[in-house]
Amino acid sequence: MSTLPVISAKNLDLVFQTGDGSVHALSDITLDIEKGEFVSLIGPSGCGKTTLLRVIADLEKPTSGEISVNGTTPEKARLDGAYGYVFQQAALFPWRTIAKNVALPLEIMGLPAEERTSRIKRNLDLVNLTGFEKKFPWQLSGGMQQRASIARALAVEPDMLLMDEPFGALDEIVRDHLNAELLKLWATTQKTIVFVTHSIPEAVYLSTKIVVMSPRPGRIHEIIDCDLGADRPLDIRETPEFLKIAHQVRDGLREGHSYDE
Amino acid sequence: MIAMRDFLTGRLVPVLTILVAIVVIWYGAAIGLNGPVIRDFEKRAGETSEGMAFILKTWSQPKPTMPAPHQVAAAFWKYTAGVKLTSNRSLIYHSWVTLSATLLGFALGTALGVVIAISIVHVPALDKSLLPWIITSQTVPILAVAPMIIVLLAAIGVTGLLPKALISTYLSFFPVAVGMVKGLRSPDTLHMDLMRTYSASRAQVLWKLRIPASVPFFFASIKVAIAASLIGAIVGELPTGAVAGIGSKLLAGSYYSQTIDIFAALIAGSICAILLVTLVDITGRLVERRMGAKT
Ligand SMILES: Nc1ncnc2c1ncn2[C@@H]1O[C@H](COP(=O)(O)OP(=O)(O)O)[C@@H](O)[C@H]1O
Ligand SMILES: [Mg+2]
Repeated sequence: MSTLPVISAKNLDLVFQTGDGSVHALSDITLDIEKGEFVSLIGPSGCGKTTLLRVIADLEKPTSGEISVNGTTPEKARLDGAYGYVFQQAALFPWRTIAKNVALPLEIMGLPAEERTSRIKRNLDLVNLTGFEKKFPWQLSGGMQQRASIARALAVEPDMLLMDEPFGALDEIVRDHLNAELLKLWATTQKTIVFVTHSIPEAVYLSTKIVVMSPRPGRIHEIIDCDLGADRPLDIRETPEFLKIAHQVRDGLREGHSYDE
Repeated sequence: MIAMRDFLTGRLVPVLTILVAIVVIWYGAAIGLNGPVIRDFEKRAGETSEGMAFILKTWSQPKPTMPAPHQVAAAFWKYTAGVKLTSNRSLIYHSWVTLSATLLGFALGTALGVVIAISIVHVPALDKSLLPWIITSQTVPILAVAPMIIVLLAAIGVTGLLPKALISTYLSFFPVAVGMVKGLRSPDTLHMDLMRTYSASRAQVLWKLRIPASVPFFFASIKVAIAASLIGAIVGELPTGAVAGIGSKLLAGSYYSQTIDIFAALIAGSICAILLVTLVDITGRLVERRMGAKT
């Protein structure tokens, strides 16, 4: 288990220059993520979770510090199709049907038609959207749109998934279902997943490692290992081990939280 | 039923009200503008007419300063339904001549406008260097430029449809270029970021994101462009004394003081404009519906 980490950040800093001053979005971030890990980023809003994910995805360039993805620069990794990204908003194209939206990255990859069709079917099925292929996004609820965007990211079949609060807009039942599906997918495919969430139970249920962040400047407060094993039925959430880790995360969040608002 | 009633109260009634108002004002204007001429004529002939008889006279002059609506309607009817399509007096024939130049010029102008917009969006240097020239091009009065273009082209042997069409092109590429620059830049950052995560090429971003996002802008601008094309084609028929087209009818009418014919030709031009704009509008609606627009 001493292979190179898939994602390795060293002393990352990112300062946004805005019209009215600068925002220190990331400060001294040092983090290694091994292949096959499920890492959750948790923390109050504005602590830089999205920014960190965007740096990994080469959507944002750090001001200073080093970062490597798959042993190379984030840009090279992106060009190699290293990851699938799920945005906080569904970001569907309004002029494409749901099936066509899932097809978008597959078209860009240049996959043949039958391969596209089977991947669309499989992944829409996974997020319970079978039957909505021909609907346009505005005909679906916000939660269904978000599920379609998850299907779109999964259809690429990347080794790494970067997910920014993907289930934030969903109701509890659907969220549980998708959490279980995601866990199953992760266990069977050995994907590396970086997952931003607001929910402590969700983070503990899914992760092998929980990164607790705190704001102003956005930094890592604490990294909590979360070894509940690969087999996690939903009712693991009532076990003492689970509750202990959840407690630890809650304490971390409380310590990191500044009350200067 | 409800749709019908909405159409009646929402569209038809207001439109008809305006129409009636225009006709009433028009008849009034005919009395006011033709009256003095008739008075003058009567004074020399030593007659006078009063009241209704006078008014009717102002509405029935053979070469009035301002023809009355029914005179224009009768002339319009005569030159459309009353003559053979191939006849030199047929307004339908002349409209077709003008329309063919309009459509050719519009097609060229739209293509040019789209190409310019795509270039401007992809080459930052062009944004600064090309756009001022494009805007300048439209400040030159077309009535001054049109004869030059027609005469220059005739000198190198280009005559007929193309010179007129090129004036349409000159007028119509501009709204398309400006509208499409805006449309191609309309995708939001989120969608651009999404394409970036797929490492999509610039061509893929153009075809799969920029162009579909620009469709509403496209139809809004070609609606302006097609009307401008028609004006361009008519203006292109004026300077050289073209033998056919709505412009030539306007010119011939003013040459022989046939005001009724001028008005009939103007009506033909307006109908062409309405038809073209409506056609663009319907096409736009159909395309946008196919692209999932809420109906
Ligand atoms: N493009 C940007 N320009 C300026 N400031 C930004 C930008 N993106 C994020 N920020 C700021 O950086 C901080 C971290 O933002 P973000 O990463 O979105 O936090 P989180 O996802 O944890 O809520 C916030 O204060 C936010 O306002
Ligand atoms: Mg965020």
